[in-house]
Amino acid sequence: MDALVNKRIKQVLKGDQNAFSDIVSLYQHKLYQICYRMLGNNHEAEDIAQEAFVRAYINLHTFDQKRKFSTWLYRIATNLCIDRIRKKKPDYYLDAEVAGTDGLDMYSQLSSDNQLPADAVEQMELQDRIQYEISRLPDKYRSVIVLKYIEELSLQEISEILDMPLGTVKTRIHRGREALRKQLNNL
Amino acid sequence: MSTCPEHIVDYMHEYLDGDISRDHEQQLKKHLQNCSPCRQHMHELSDTIAFVKSAAHITAPPHFESEVMKRLPKGKSRIGIQNWFRRHPILVAACVFLLFMSASLVGSYQNNDFSVTKQPNLIVDGQTVIVPEGEIVKGDIVVRNGDLIVEGEVDGNVTVINGQYMASTAVVTGEIEEIDEVFEWLWYELKTMGNNVVELFQ
Repeated sequence: MDALVNKRIKQVLKGDQNAFSDIVSLYQHKLYQICYRMLGNNHEAEDIAQEAFVRAYINLHTFDQKRKFSTWLYRIATNLCIDRIRKKKPDYYLDAEVAGTDGLDMYSQLSSDNQLPADAVEQMELQDRIQYEISRLPDKYRSVIVLKYIEELSLQEISEILDMPLGTVKTRIHRGREALRKQLNNL
Repeated sequence: MSTCPEHIVDYMHEYLDGDISRDHEQQLKKHLQNCSPCRQHMHELSDTIAFVKSAAHITAPPHFESEVMKRLPKGKSRIGIQNWFRRHPILVAACVFLLFMSASLVGSYQNNDFSVTKQPNLIVDGQTVIVPEGEIVKGDIVVRNGDLIVEGEVDGNVTVINGQYMASTAVVTGEIEEIDEVFEWLWYELKTMGNNVVELFQ
């Protein structure tokens, strides 16, 4: 498959835009899946996955063809997802006192915003429940857990995609697993 | 579980990552046999992984590919040229060099000043140079932007650039050249340059 991809890349670089559609069709599902699991929303996943392909097309001349294309492409996508997640975060401080309340800070409001009541979670369909639990993970654990257990990539590949040392990837996977375990136990 | 060594949990994760050493694996197994809270912990971790792995495969929506193709920027040829430049730096340098060279040569071609090689016994009449009858000019004659009429003899090469060479019964021992086109002019200049280089090494 790498040979075919590299052939298509060369064609695109020579100016044949249509050759890029083969690359899109090869990777669209995996890329969309990463974005969906990271963002938890169809519209955003579609937008970011498309954006990732467009960026890949524009910067294709910077891709080193001796390396694995999927790694490079996933890296663009995960970076875009992480950017999007950070932008979505509300920019108020959690420990700031909420106006009109006596000593209540944002921590006390958080649970009612982000977490569903236990009985509602228990009635969820399995697939919704999985996505819900993934979306509750902090984003630095979410990306490694998605790449490891949904995309089933090797630790080495994950470290290249996220541009972090292997040791950091392992630590994050360990903590991500523990965090998920606690989430599932608290019910 | 508070009495269990902390590294047991690390071993669990090493085990789950598939890169546990034989020594650590032995210790982990031994410990799990005797410690039910750790066994529980290990089970929960395995269940967690199984839970995440049971996530359904998500596929992109049907028109995803065509939507991406629509979003691609149109100025693709620019990328192609940039890329070509990047791949052939020497060729690009040569092209740039030739471009400037020919520009300066063409520039000097369009220079309309009349000039002629200074030789004794040449008659210059306006823009016409005459080798009078009965005279012998020893050496080459180059006329720029003017005509040359040879009635006598020339013992050398004759070159007329951007003008006309007229002769009736003339005797020219060397080569006669008449140059009117830019390309011929370029060719002539390059040839002269080449000859100069050759002479330099002789």
